[in-house]
Amino acid sequence: MSEKITITIDGKEITTDTEKKLLWVALDNDIYIPNLCAIREEERPYAGCRLCFVEIEGLEEPVTSCTQPVTEGMVVKTRTPQVDRLVKTSFELLLSDHRLQCNKCPKNKACELQKIARERKLKLKSKRIKHLERTFQIDDSPESFALDPSRCVLCNRCVWVDRNVAKAGCLGFSYRGINRIITTFNNVELTKSACTQCTLCVEACPVGALYFKE
Amino acid sequence: MELLEGEKEVIVNYVEGILEEFDPVQENLVPILQEVQERLGYIPALAMEMIATALDLPPVDVYGPATFYNQFRLVPPGKYQFKVCMGTACYMAGGQIALDSFERRLNIKEGETTPDREFGLEHVTCVGCCTLAPVVMVGDQVEGHVTPTRVDGILLAYDAITDEKENEGDK
Ligand code: SF4
Ligand code: SF4
Ligand code: FES
Ligand code: FES
Repeated sequence: MSEKITITIDGKEITTDTEKKLLWVALDNDIYIPNLCAIREEERPYAGCRLCFVEIEGLEEPVTSCTQPVTEGMVVKTRTPQVDRLVKTSFELLLSDHRLQCNKCPKNKACELQKIARERKLKLKSKRIKHLERTFQIDDSPESFALDPSRCVLCNRCVWVDRNVAKAGCLGFSYRGINRIITTFNNVELTKSACTQCTLCVEACPVGALYFKE
Repeated sequence: MELLEGEKEVIVNYVEGILEEFDPVQENLVPILQEVQERLGYIPALAMEMIATALDLPPVDVYGPATFYNQFRLVPPGKYQFKVCMGTACYMAGGQIALDSFERRLNIKEGETTPDREFGLEHVTCVGCCTLAPVVMVGDQVEGHVTPTRVDGILLAYDAITDEKENEGDK
Protein backbone atom coordinates (compact mmCIF):
# COMPACT_ATOMS: atom_id res chain seq x y z
CA MET A 1 0.00 0.00 0.00
CA SER A 2 1.33 3.41 -0.85
CA GLU A 3 1.32 6.00 1.86
CA LYS A 4 2.32 9.66 2.02
CA ILE A 5 5.69 10.41 3.58
CA THR A 6 8.15 13.27 3.80
CA ILE A 7 11.82 12.97 2.99
CA THR A 8 14.66 15.47 2.63
CA ILE A 9 16.99 15.56 -0.35
CA ASP A 10 19.84 18.09 -0.29
CA GLY A 11 17.96 20.11 2.32
CA LYS A 12 14.75 20.20 0.29
CA GLU A 13 11.64 18.73 1.96
CA ILE A 14 9.66 16.53 -0.36
CA THR A 15 6.32 14.81 0.10
CA THR A 16 6.08 11.59 -1.82
CA ASP A 17 4.69 8.08 -1.51
CA THR A 18 6.40 4.86 -0.51
CA GLU A 19 5.84 3.19 -3.87
CA LYS A 20 8.58 5.16 -5.57
CA LYS A 21 12.29 4.52 -5.60
CA LEU A 22 14.50 7.35 -4.42
CA LEU A 23 15.97 8.13 -7.85
CA TRP A 24 12.54 8.92 -9.29
CA VAL A 25 11.52 11.02 -6.32
CA ALA A 26 14.64 13.14 -6.82
CA LEU A 27 14.28 13.46 -10.60
CA ASP A 28 10.58 14.32 -10.31
CA ASN A 29 11.54 17.13 -7.95
CA ASP A 30 14.20 18.57 -10.22
CA ILE A 31 17.12 17.14 -8.31
CA TYR A 32 19.43 15.51 -10.81
CA ILE A 33 21.15 12.23 -10.02
CA PRO A 34 23.20 10.67 -12.82
CA ASN A 35 21.62 7.49 -14.19
CA LEU A 36 21.79 5.40 -17.36
CA CYS A 37 20.14 2.09 -16.67
CA ALA A 38 17.11 2.98 -14.55
CA ILE A 39 13.61 2.24 -15.84
CA ARG A 40 10.71 3.66 -13.91
CA GLU A 41 8.31 0.79 -14.56
CA GLU A 42 10.74 -1.92 -13.50
CA GLU A 43 10.17 -3.35 -10.03
CA ARG A 44 13.59 -4.99 -9.85
CA PRO A 45 16.08 -2.42 -11.14
CA TYR A 46 19.03 -3.60 -13.20
CA ALA A 47 21.39 -1.32 -11.27
CA GLY A 48 24.22 -1.92 -13.69
CA CYS A 49 25.57 1.53 -14.46
CA ARG A 50 26.55 2.39 -10.85
CA LEU A 51 26.11 6.11 -11.43
CA CYS A 52 23.14 6.93 -9.20
CA PHE A 53 24.88 6.77 -5.82
CA VAL A 54 23.67 8.94 -2.94
CA GLU A 55 24.35 9.06 0.78
CA ILE A 56 21.57 8.45 3.29
CA GLU A 57 21.81 9.55 6.89
CA GLY A 58 22.26 6.53 9.14
CA LEU A 59 23.73 4.33 6.41
CA GLU A 60 27.46 3.81 6.43
CA GLU A 61 27.97 3.36 2.70
CA PRO A 62 26.53 5.20 -0.29
CA VAL A 63 23.66 3.34 -2.01
CA THR A 64 22.29 3.27 -5.55
CA SER A 65 19.22 5.49 -5.53
CA CYS A 66 17.48 3.52 -8.30
CA THR A 67 17.15 0.52 -5.97
CA GLN A 68 16.48 2.45 -2.77
CA PRO A 69 12.90 2.53 -1.42
CA VAL A 70 11.97 5.78 0.33
CA THR A 71 10.94 5.80 3.99
CA GLU A 72 9.46 8.45 6.28
CA GLY A 73 12.00 11.01 7.46
CA MET A 74 14.80 9.81 5.20
CA VAL A 75 17.60 12.37 4.80
CA VAL A 76 19.50 12.16 1.53
CA LYS A 77 22.60 13.88 0.16
CA THR A 78 23.25 13.59 -3.57
CA ARG A 79 26.73 15.11 -3.34
CA THR A 80 29.36 14.07 -0.82
CA PRO A 81 33.06 13.41 -1.38
CA GLN A 82 32.43 9.67 -1.20
CA VAL A 83 29.53 9.77 -3.66
CA ASP A 84 31.42 12.00 -6.04
CA ARG A 85 34.37 9.68 -6.02
CA LEU A 86 32.27 6.58 -6.73
CA VAL A 87 30.38 8.30 -9.54
CA LYS A 88 33.58 9.59 -11.08
CA THR A 89 35.12 6.11 -11.10
CA SER A 90 32.01 4.45 -12.54
CA PHE A 91 31.84 7.11 -15.20
CA GLU A 92 35.49 6.74 -16.13
CA LEU A 93 35.15 2.97 -16.33
CA LEU A 94 32.09 3.24 -18.57
CA LEU A 95 33.94 5.55 -20.90
CA SER A 96 37.19 3.62 -20.83
CA ASP A 97 36.05 1.37 -23.70
CA HIS A 98 33.65 3.82 -25.30
CA ARG A 99 34.30 4.83 -28.88
CA LEU A 100 34.33 8.52 -28.09
CA GLN A 101 33.90 10.83 -31.06
CA CYS A 102 31.07 13.18 -30.16
CA ASN A 103 31.34 15.40 -33.21
CA LYS A 104 30.66 12.41 -35.45
CA CYS A 105 28.03 10.86 -33.19
CA PRO A 106 24.32 11.04 -34.01
CA LYS A 107 23.52 11.54 -30.32
CA ASN A 108 25.82 14.56 -29.97
CA LYS A 109 24.14 17.11 -27.65
CA ALA A 110 21.33 14.68 -26.76
CA CYS A 111 23.60 12.11 -25.12
CA GLU A 112 23.21 11.11 -21.48
CA LEU A 113 26.96 10.68 -21.09
CA GLN A 114 27.48 14.27 -22.12
CA LYS A 115 24.73 15.33 -19.74
CA ILE A 116 26.34 13.54 -16.80
CA ALA A 117 29.72 15.03 -17.68
CA ARG A 118 28.16 18.50 -17.75
CA GLU A 119 26.14 18.11 -14.55
CA ARG A 120 28.96 16.63 -12.52
CA LYS A 121 31.84 18.44 -14.19
CA LEU A 122 33.41 15.19 -15.25
CA LYS A 123 35.61 14.61 -18.26
CA LEU A 124 34.56 12.28 -21.08
CA LYS A 125 38.23 11.55 -21.64
CA SER A 126 40.00 10.36 -18.53
CA LYS A 127 43.71 10.01 -18.14
CA ARG A 128 43.48 7.77 -15.09
CA ILE A 129 42.22 4.64 -16.83
CA LYS A 130 43.85 3.24 -19.93
CA HIS A 131 41.56 3.50 -22.93
CA LEU A 132 40.44 0.35 -24.70
CA GLU A 133 39.80 0.81 -28.40
CA ARG A 134 36.54 -0.75 -29.64
CA THR A 135 36.02 -1.43 -33.32
CA PHE A 136 32.97 -3.65 -33.49
CA GLN A 137 31.09 -3.95 -36.76
CA ILE A 138 28.27 -1.38 -37.10
CA ASP A 139 24.96 -3.00 -38.04
CA ASP A 140 23.03 -0.63 -40.28
CA SER A 141 20.77 -3.27 -41.81
CA PRO A 142 17.48 -1.86 -40.45
CA GLU A 143 15.77 0.74 -42.61
CA SER A 144 15.75 3.66 -40.22
CA PHE A 145 18.31 2.91 -37.55
CA ALA A 146 21.69 1.34 -36.80
CA LEU A 147 23.61 -0.26 -33.93
CA ASP A 148 27.20 0.55 -33.08
CA PRO A 149 28.19 -1.75 -30.19
CA SER A 150 31.42 0.21 -29.71
CA ARG A 151 29.38 3.03 -28.19
CA CYS A 152 27.22 0.78 -26.01
CA VAL A 153 27.42 1.29 -22.24
CA LEU A 154 25.65 -2.03 -21.47
CA CYS A 155 22.81 -0.27 -19.70
CA ASN A 156 20.24 -2.94 -20.62
CA ARG A 157 17.57 -0.37 -21.54
CA CYS A 158 17.10 -1.64 -25.10
CA VAL A 159 16.93 -5.23 -23.87
CA TRP A 160 14.29 -4.29 -21.31
CA VAL A 161 12.14 -2.56 -23.92
CA ASP A 162 12.68 -5.40 -26.37
CA ARG A 163 11.37 -7.92 -23.83
CA ASN A 164 8.75 -5.95 -21.95
CA VAL A 165 7.25 -3.59 -24.49
CA ALA A 166 8.08 -4.80 -27.99
CA LYS A 167 8.06 -8.44 -26.84
CA ALA A 168 10.36 -9.38 -29.71
CA GLY A 169 13.22 -11.18 -27.92
CA CYS A 170 15.82 -9.87 -30.31
CA LEU A 171 18.58 -8.22 -28.26
CA GLY A 172 20.71 -9.52 -25.41
CA PHE A 173 24.22 -9.47 -23.99
CA SER A 174 26.78 -12.05 -24.93
CA TYR A 175 30.33 -12.91 -23.91
CA ARG A 176 31.83 -11.89 -20.60
CA GLY A 177 33.76 -9.21 -18.77
CA ILE A 178 35.61 -6.88 -21.01
CA ASN A 179 34.26 -8.65 -24.11
CA ARG A 180 30.63 -8.23 -23.17
CA ILE A 181 28.63 -6.93 -26.11
CA ILE A 182 25.07 -6.24 -27.12
CA THR A 183 24.06 -8.72 -29.84
CA THR A 184 21.27 -10.61 -31.53
CA PHE A 185 21.05 -14.40 -31.41
CA ASN A 186 24.20 -15.83 -33.02
CA ASN A 187 25.32 -12.26 -33.69
CA VAL A 188 23.41 -12.00 -36.97
CA GLU A 189 22.33 -8.69 -38.49
CA LEU A 190 19.22 -7.16 -36.96
CA THR A 191 17.21 -7.74 -40.13
CA LYS A 192 18.06 -11.45 -39.93
CA SER A 193 17.06 -11.62 -36.26
CA ALA A 194 13.77 -11.50 -34.38
CA CYS A 195 13.86 -7.68 -34.70
CA THR A 196 10.56 -6.17 -35.87
CA GLN A 197 12.17 -2.75 -36.49
CA CYS A 198 9.70 -1.13 -34.12
CA THR A 199 12.51 1.29 -33.11
CA LEU A 200 11.47 1.28 -29.44
CA CYS A 201 14.98 0.22 -28.46
CA VAL A 202 16.45 3.13 -30.38
CA GLU A 203 14.35 5.54 -28.36
CA ALA A 204 15.43 3.81 -25.16
CA CYS A 205 19.16 4.04 -25.80
CA PRO A 206 20.70 6.83 -23.71
CA VAL A 207 23.82 7.08 -25.86
CA GLY A 208 24.78 6.84 -29.52
CA ALA A 209 24.83 3.03 -29.73
CA LEU A 210 21.35 2.58 -31.19
CA TYR A 211 20.60 5.59 -33.37
CA PHE A 212 18.35 6.81 -36.15
CA LYS A 213 20.16 7.07 -39.44
CA GLU A 214 19.16 10.63 -40.34
CA MET B 1 29.49 -22.59 -39.53
CA GLU B 2 27.80 -24.59 -42.30
CA LEU B 3 26.36 -27.91 -41.19
CA LEU B 4 27.72 -31.01 -42.88
CA GLU B 5 25.52 -33.37 -44.80
CA GLY B 6 23.35 -35.35 -42.43
CA GLU B 7 24.52 -33.30 -39.44
CA LYS B 8 21.19 -31.55 -39.03
CA GLU B 9 19.40 -34.85 -38.44
CA VAL B 10 22.03 -35.90 -35.91
CA ILE B 11 21.67 -32.62 -34.02
CA VAL B 12 17.88 -32.75 -33.97
CA ASN B 13 17.98 -36.34 -32.81
CA TYR B 14 20.44 -35.80 -29.98
CA VAL B 15 18.98 -32.54 -28.77
CA GLU B 16 15.43 -33.89 -28.75
CA GLY B 17 16.68 -36.78 -26.66
CA ILE B 18 18.53 -34.50 -24.25
CA LEU B 19 15.57 -32.17 -23.86
CA GLU B 20 13.44 -35.12 -22.80
CA GLU B 21 15.78 -35.76 -19.88
CA PHE B 22 15.25 -32.30 -18.34
CA ASP B 23 12.35 -30.31 -16.96
CA PRO B 24 11.82 -27.45 -19.39
CA VAL B 25 12.76 -24.66 -16.95
CA GLN B 26 15.39 -21.95 -17.29
CA GLU B 27 17.39 -23.29 -14.31
CA ASN B 28 18.25 -26.27 -16.49
CA LEU B 29 19.70 -24.19 -19.29
CA VAL B 30 23.36 -24.67 -18.35
CA PRO B 31 23.06 -28.43 -17.63
CA ILE B 32 21.31 -28.86 -20.99
CA LEU B 33 24.05 -26.91 -22.78
CA GLN B 34 26.67 -29.06 -21.04
CA GLU B 35 24.94 -32.22 -22.17
CA VAL B 36 24.69 -31.01 -25.76
CA GLN B 37 28.37 -30.11 -25.84
CA GLU B 38 29.27 -33.45 -24.25
CA ARG B 39 27.45 -35.41 -26.93
CA LEU B 40 27.97 -33.24 -30.02
CA GLY B 41 31.38 -31.78 -29.17
CA TYR B 42 30.02 -28.27 -29.58
CA ILE B 43 26.80 -26.28 -29.40
CA PRO B 44 25.38 -25.64 -32.86
CA ALA B 45 23.02 -22.69 -33.46
CA LEU B 46 20.26 -25.14 -34.32
CA ALA B 47 20.60 -26.75 -30.89
CA MET B 48 20.36 -23.35 -29.20
CA GLU B 49 17.18 -22.62 -31.11
CA MET B 50 15.66 -25.96 -30.13
CA ILE B 51 16.58 -25.38 -26.48
CA ALA B 52 15.09 -21.88 -26.61
CA THR B 53 11.81 -23.21 -27.95
CA ALA B 54 11.69 -25.96 -25.33
CA LEU B 55 12.40 -23.55 -22.44
CA ASP B 56 10.17 -20.84 -23.89
CA LEU B 57 13.04 -18.32 -24.06
CA PRO B 58 14.15 -16.05 -26.89
CA PRO B 59 17.15 -17.76 -28.57
CA VAL B 60 19.34 -14.79 -27.63
CA ASP B 61 18.87 -15.79 -23.96
CA VAL B 62 20.46 -19.16 -24.74
CA TYR B 63 23.21 -17.52 -26.77
CA GLY B 64 24.08 -15.22 -23.84
CA PRO B 65 25.05 -17.96 -21.36
CA ALA B 66 26.53 -20.13 -24.13
CA THR B 67 29.01 -17.35 -24.91
CA PHE B 68 29.43 -16.29 -21.28
CA TYR B 69 31.03 -19.53 -20.09
CA ASN B 70 34.43 -20.52 -21.39
CA GLN B 71 33.55 -24.20 -21.23
CA PHE B 72 31.15 -23.92 -24.16
CA ARG B 73 32.26 -23.89 -27.74
CA LEU B 74 29.97 -22.79 -30.54
CA VAL B 75 32.30 -23.96 -33.27
CA PRO B 76 32.87 -27.67 -33.94
CA PRO B 77 36.37 -28.87 -33.08
CA GLY B 78 38.59 -29.84 -36.00
CA LYS B 79 39.46 -33.45 -36.75
CA TYR B 80 42.93 -32.33 -35.72
CA GLN B 81 42.83 -29.77 -32.95
CA PHE B 82 45.95 -27.65 -32.50
CA LYS B 83 46.26 -26.49 -28.90
CA VAL B 84 48.86 -23.79 -28.56
CA CYS B 85 50.11 -23.38 -25.00
CA MET B 86 49.89 -19.89 -23.55
CA GLY B 87 51.02 -20.81 -20.06
CA THR B 88 53.64 -18.55 -18.53
CA ALA B 89 56.67 -20.48 -19.77
CA CYS B 90 55.33 -20.96 -23.28
CA TYR B 91 54.09 -17.41 -23.47
CA MET B 92 57.52 -16.11 -22.52
CA ALA B 93 59.18 -18.43 -25.05
CA GLY B 94 57.06 -17.20 -27.96
CA GLY B 95 53.72 -19.01 -27.71
CA GLN B 96 52.04 -16.03 -29.31
CA ILE B 97 54.37 -16.29 -32.30
CA ALA B 98 53.43 -19.96 -32.71
CA LEU B 99 49.74 -19.08 -32.46
CA ASP B 100 50.13 -16.30 -35.02
CA SER B 101 51.87 -18.70 -37.40
CA PHE B 102 49.04 -21.22 -37.08
CA GLU B 103 46.45 -18.50 -37.65
CA ARG B 104 48.23 -17.31 -40.77
CA ARG B 105 48.84 -20.76 -42.18
CA LEU B 106 45.40 -22.19 -41.48
CA ASN B 107 43.70 -18.94 -42.35
CA ILE B 108 41.52 -19.06 -39.23
CA LYS B 109 41.56 -17.25 -35.91
CA GLU B 110 42.07 -18.81 -32.53
CA GLY B 111 38.88 -20.58 -31.47
CA GLU B 112 37.90 -21.30 -35.07
CA THR B 113 37.89 -24.38 -37.27
CA THR B 114 38.65 -24.61 -40.99
CA PRO B 115 35.50 -24.84 -43.15
CA ASP B 116 36.27 -28.49 -44.04
CA ARG B 117 36.44 -29.21 -40.26
CA GLU B 118 39.88 -30.74 -40.60
CA PHE B 119 41.79 -28.33 -38.37
CA GLY B 120 40.87 -26.37 -35.29
CA LEU B 121 42.94 -23.88 -33.33
CA GLU B 122 42.72 -23.01 -29.65
CA HIS B 123 44.97 -22.02 -26.79
CA VAL B 124 45.52 -23.86 -23.53
CA THR B 125 47.31 -22.75 -20.38
CA CYS B 126 50.22 -25.00 -19.40
CA VAL B 127 50.12 -28.63 -20.38
CA GLY B 128 52.87 -29.55 -17.92
CA CYS B 129 55.97 -29.76 -20.04
CA CYS B 130 57.31 -26.24 -19.74
CA THR B 131 60.87 -27.31 -20.47
CA LEU B 132 59.80 -27.87 -24.08
CA ALA B 133 58.33 -24.35 -24.37
CA PRO B 134 56.74 -23.20 -26.56
CA VAL B 135 54.52 -26.25 -26.68
CA VAL B 136 51.71 -27.25 -29.04
CA MET B 137 49.44 -30.25 -28.56
CA VAL B 138 47.91 -32.07 -31.49
CA GLY B 139 45.40 -34.49 -30.06
CA ASP B 140 47.43 -36.00 -27.21
CA GLN B 141 50.70 -35.63 -29.06
CA VAL B 142 53.12 -33.05 -27.64
CA GLU B 143 55.21 -30.91 -29.99
CA GLY B 144 58.02 -28.94 -28.31
CA HIS B 145 60.10 -25.89 -29.19
CA VAL B 146 57.58 -24.74 -31.72
CA THR B 147 59.16 -22.00 -33.81
CA PRO B 148 57.36 -20.76 -36.94
CA THR B 149 59.42 -23.20 -39.02
CA ARG B 150 58.32 -26.02 -36.72
CA VAL B 151 54.72 -24.86 -37.24
CA ASP B 152 55.16 -25.37 -40.97
CA GLY B 153 56.68 -28.78 -40.30
CA ILE B 154 53.78 -29.83 -38.09
CA LEU B 155 51.24 -28.60 -40.61
CA LEU B 156 53.01 -30.39 -43.45
CA ALA B 157 52.78 -33.61 -41.50
CA TYR B 158 49.02 -33.15 -41.36
CA ASP B 159 48.77 -31.93 -44.92
CA ALA B 160 47.43 -28.65 -43.74
CA ILE B 161 49.26 -25.89 -45.58
CA THR B 162 46.50 -23.62 -46.82
CA ASP B 163 48.21 -22.39 -49.99
CA GLU B 164 47.98 -25.89 -51.37
CA LYS B 165 44.43 -26.27 -50.15
CA GLU B 166 43.46 -23.01 -51.81
CA ASN B 167 45.03 -24.17 -55.05
CA GLU B 168 43.09 -27.35 -54.83
CA GLY B 169 39.93 -25.34 -54.43
CA ASP B 170 40.77 -23.33 -57.53
CA LYS B 171 40.89 -26.37 -59.74
S1 SF4 C 1 27.54 8.33 -27.28
FE1 SF4 C 1 27.66 10.35 -26.31
S2 SF4 C 1 29.71 10.45 -25.40
FE2 SF4 C 1 29.69 8.76 -26.87
S3 SF4 C 1 30.46 9.65 -28.79
FE3 SF4 C 1 28.23 9.77 -28.82
S4 SF4 C 1 27.74 11.81 -28.01
FE4 SF4 C 1 29.87 11.36 -27.42
S1 SF4 D 1 22.60 -0.37 -27.11
FE1 SF4 D 1 22.09 1.50 -25.94
S2 SF4 D 1 20.27 0.92 -24.76
FE2 SF4 D 1 21.21 -0.98 -25.45
S3 SF4 D 1 22.53 -1.62 -23.75
FE3 SF4 D 1 23.80 -0.45 -25.20
S4 SF4 D 1 23.76 1.64 -24.46
FE4 SF4 D 1 22.07 0.57 -23.45
S1 FES E 1 20.61 4.08 -12.48
FE1 FES E 1 21.07 3.13 -10.61
S2 FES E 1 22.68 1.79 -11.14
FE2 FES E 1 22.11 2.64 -13.07
S1 FES F 1 53.58 -23.19 -19.93
FE1 FES F 1 53.34 -24.36 -21.72
S2 FES F 1 53.66 -26.33 -20.96
FE2 FES F 1 53.81 -25.18 -19.16
